[in-house]
Amino acid sequence: MKIRITIMPQSAVLDPAGVATAHALEHLGFAGVHSVRIGKSIELDIAEATEEQLHQACRDLLSNPVIEDYHFEILK
Amino acid sequence: MIRCAVLQFPGSNCDQDALIAIRSFSGVAAELVWHQTTSLEAFDLIILPGGFSYGDYLRSGAIACFSPVMQAVKKAAQQGKIILGICNGFQILCEAHLLPGTLIRNRNLLFRCEETILRLENNVTPFTQACEKGQLLRLPIAHGEGCYVAQPDVLQELNNNNQILLRYATAEGEITKAASPNGSLENIAGICNREKNIFGLMPHPERACEALLGSTDGRFLFHSLITSLSKK
Repeated sequence: MKIRITIMPQSAVLDPAGVATAHALEHLGFAGVHSVRIGKSIELDIAEATEEQLHQACRDLLSNPVIEDYHFEILK
Repeated sequence: MIRCAVLQFPGSNCDQDALIAIRSFSGVAAELVWHQTTSLEAFDLIILPGGFSYGDYLRSGAIACFSPVMQAVKKAAQQGKIILGICNGFQILCEAHLLPGTLIRNRNLLFRCEETILRLENNVTPFTQACEKGQLLRLPIAHGEGCYVAQPDVLQELNNNNQILLRYATAEGEITKAASPNGSLENIAGICNREKNIFGLMPHPERACEALLGSTDGRFLFHSLITSLSKK
């Protein structure tokens, strides 16, 4: 099965890389950049996993719940 | 004789410095311990050194948490053994939930490699007992991800229990935003657990143990550790 996991910094956590990228977009000519948040996307191809196991993988390894939120979609 | 393990993960790079620093004290037998080791029963003191374990892949310290030796570190933590995490070692201890909160990218996005001034906030721990409360220590930092963050309730608990041991300060000992090299909450540079046997800090005391290196203030911390272990 293929799974795509998206991990994003929590809204309360400052994302300095996102802020720097927002400034760069303004330099590129984009006006009114309200916010840029940079996260990561992870694609898994594994034999089998329950939703609970996927949550465990996300909680314990792939994301850090102190600063990040995650969600996953099962592609097929 | 105090038996000290300096752990080596793939990508650790301050392991030799930590080993040399701790061996410069008498009464200590220190050795490097590879991350595949599954028992730390033979040791009284465990140091997780700085570096870039597993290339900082995923998040700093995240993959090192799953090294076999970390099960032994968790067991040692429960037994009340003394555990010191420096820089990447601090990041690993946070990822392993042995210390609360976590360390994220420096607010200014810079990798800061410079000397900092730290104000010692609590000298009633095995790590700081040879220091004075309020004492200023000069210790170098070298990190890109040292901005300490935690939920407000965790931060409150750290303050209530005197778990914040070091804060970045000005030369006068003031805690100001400008004195923080990385944007850490409340200028936090080092914290310990509630039981006060686990300490993590971003500055490098092992790089400040010889006058030739510009500061010997790191010796206060190692001296504290060794004195408290000698009494056991």
